[in-house]
Amino acid sequence: MELSVKNLAVARGGVPVLEGVNFALRAGRALVLRGPNGAGKTTLLRTIAGLQPAFEGEVQGAEDRIAYAGHSDGIKAMLSVAENLRFWAQVFNRSEIDGALDGFNLRDLEDRNAGSLSAGQKRRLGLARLMVSGRQVWILDEPTVSLDAASVALFAEAVRRHLAEGGSALMATHIDLGLDEAEVFDVSPYRAKPRVSAADEAFL
Amino acid sequence: MIALLMRDLRLAVRAGGGFGLGLAFFLIVTVLVPFGVGPENELLSKIAPGVLWIGALLACLLSLDRIFALDWEDGSLDLLATAPLPMEGIVSIKALAHWITTGLPLVLAAPALGVLLSLPPTGYLWVVVSLLLGTPALSVIGTFGAALTVSLKRGGLLMSLLVLPLYVPTLIFGAEVARRGAMGLTVETPLLMLAGISFGAIALLPFASAAVLRINLR
Repeated sequence: MELSVKNLAVARGGVPVLEGVNFALRAGRALVLRGPNGAGKTTLLRTIAGLQPAFEGEVQGAEDRIAYAGHSDGIKAMLSVAENLRFWAQVFNRSEIDGALDGFNLRDLEDRNAGSLSAGQKRRLGLARLMVSGRQVWILDEPTVSLDAASVALFAEAVRRHLAEGGSALMATHIDLGLDEAEVFDVSPYRAKPRVSAADEAFL
Repeated sequence: MIALLMRDLRLAVRAGGGFGLGLAFFLIVTVLVPFGVGPENELLSKIAPGVLWIGALLACLLSLDRIFALDWEDGSLDLLATAPLPMEGIVSIKALAHWITTGLPLVLAAPALGVLLSLPPTGYLWVVVSLLLGTPALSVIGTFGAALTVSLKRGGLLMSLLVLPLYVPTLIFGAEVARRGAMGLTVETPLLMLAGISFGAIALLPFASAAVLRINLR
């Protein structure tokens, strides 16, 4: 099953930022969104993840299949690394966290309080959460922020494994991960023309 | 769902989790009132049910903004919204966790603190019963207020203003049950009203809280 976006327009604060976006993401493929700051990459990803409604058009095949990783990692400082991961695994009705701990080199930090991790280590924990979710479509917003070169390689390896297992990934990033399966999708041609929002969208 | 409840309870009892905040406030209020009012046992025993109820209500209010604010700040709320849990379930569990960490300790502490206010012996049972029935409503209504104001930084004042009027019916009937019980009168009518408010709030408000939370996440 593929994730497809048809004639999608997304709005930030009631103002459309992108319109007429069409693409399809098949299993085993990755799509990398490119575009300048403020182009609407995050808004597009949040709309596809279902966190905000589409302004126009539709998203198909996202329901209950996506795992989303945004700018913040959703880590509880007072829980240990393993407890954080185990919680998210349970939320997604799974229990296996060993693969994720090894995949992101978190084994040595397992019992540390997440609050005492460095920014890069926190990011790795946040990305490891995707692995325990068992979801097919990963939606990643700037996943490599604060990661060093070795961790970026770990992340690229995790994405490659995920794609090989029939998953797919949609990410906004400016770093070349060296993925052969990845296509680049530039959002700048889809910039929305200025127009007035129809009604107070909060109550639609 | 169970995982979310266990995580919230675990976070509450760890450092900085805020467990005991409401209880400590409740203790302070009930200890200070006899000093403020003076050592007249008769007067104290008359106002004891009301003071216990107001103390419990304010103690509940004190910890409301923690329900969603922390999850909002660290991004967990976004991630929970994309998880397979229904939003109505998330807000119900959040309200339940708030009740277990704040409401339930207040119910259990009330009889002990009633002694300080020379609560009449007939009143203990009804103070506990009324708080047991009423505090779930306080948690559920408070969760709604917290969901409304979660996207505002320092939204505590606005939340208090929104939530306090909604708390008034619970307070009126809850304190009435406790007062009548303490005086040895029949408590049936206010008790039924209080139960109605609680069960109505528990049945309906999670849907409202989930809806406003979805809007706030946009």
